[in-house]
Amino acid sequence: MIWDLFLIFFKIGLLSFGGGYAIIPMIEHEALNGRWLLEREFQEVISIAGMSPGPVATNSATLIGYRVAGFGGAVSATFGMILPSLIIIIVISIFFYRVRDSLWMKSTFYGLRPVITGLIAFAAIRLGFMGSKQDILTWESLGILIIIFAALYGLMKFKLHPLTIIVGSGILGIAFF
Amino acid sequence: MRTTMKANKKNTELKAGLLFQLLWIFVRIGPVTFGGGYAMIPMIEREISIKRKWLDEEQMDEILSLAGAAPGGVGVNAAAFIGYRLAGIRGAIAAIAGITIPTFIIVCFLSAVYSQWADQPKVIAALKGIHGAVIALILVAAYRMARNAIFDKTTAAIAMVIMVVLLVSGINPIYMIVIGLFIGFILIKTKQLLGIEIRTEKERLDYSDEDSNYPEYYI
Repeated sequence: MIWDLFLIFFKIGLLSFGGGYAIIPMIEHEALNGRWLLEREFQEVISIAGMSPGPVATNSATLIGYRVAGFGGAVSATFGMILPSLIIIIVISIFFYRVRDSLWMKSTFYGLRPVITGLIAFAAIRLGFMGSKQDILTWESLGILIIIFAALYGLMKFKLHPLTIIVGSGILGIAFF
Repeated sequence: MRTTMKANKKNTELKAGLLFQLLWIFVRIGPVTFGGGYAMIPMIEREISIKRKWLDEEQMDEILSLAGAAPGGVGVNAAAFIGYRLAGIRGAIAAIAGITIPTFIIVCFLSAVYSQWADQPKVIAALKGIHGAVIALILVAAYRMARNAIFDKTTAAIAMVIMVVLLVSGINPIYMIVIGLFIGFILIKTKQLLGIEIRTEKERLDYSDEDSNYPEYYI
């Protein structure tokens, strides 16, 4: 199990262009298909990873590893997640600086950036509606929707600190649910 | 002979000192940044290029844009890049350890605490609220990414198609990244063959907006 966790997060780490939020759908796919977590548990994991300080990608790896196989699982999932970064960064430092401005690289990123945009948007939509497949319009989903809009407004309009937003929405959650 | 030995010893000490400093800088950055790896960038810049002047602004910008473009978390990538630049492979490992270990401990701790309190109604309610905040943070990331990634009909179409396919198909999202690695190349080649004018990046006209100072952090 610990070896599996390492392998899967290594694979995700290797292809996790776009950083933490873009990999949420990949983690979801592996976690649910591998029957590691229930949907509800996955949602909890992402909420805790998002409210914890530090990079979301490694945080979610740590959390899932911990849930699935305890402390050893957390270590192996986190290690699997960061090892590709280390290897790739060293390779890029040695070779890629030179090809950075080539049309080949530019056209790769021309296609990759909108794909990642789609992935991140998909992550947000899935997380917003995953728990309520039967009836989307419940009081609970309405409450979540209000919190999402309030948080967006605070982040974009008033440029509030993410921690303020996280604490504030936790309080709103207690008030609502 | 003796002087070179002395110099070597001094050199090793300096190097050990640098590794420790790298570790320490990143140990302090991780636990105070919320909202994902991107939130770390301003702090990393302040510590490395403003306070210590280890790298100049231009080197820093280059490192950060490559960190955003490479796979993996942006914070981890930036740490690895800076560590490698300053002190080789050991530097990269020191920086990554620094950025990973404190948050690793915090996350394990939170997870353990949460599992103790998971059935408390107030905890469940607070987490539901936080779930909303996390969705908002993701939407902001998507918006910033879109501002940089989507600037013509082709890129808009790619993003839409990817999102719809993911929503209706249940396909493994990792394949989308694999497709993403090739699709730009194919589209640019096709456009070249058809004689359509190509542009691979958004024109950056306005640098006054503070967000647009870091366009490539979102790849």
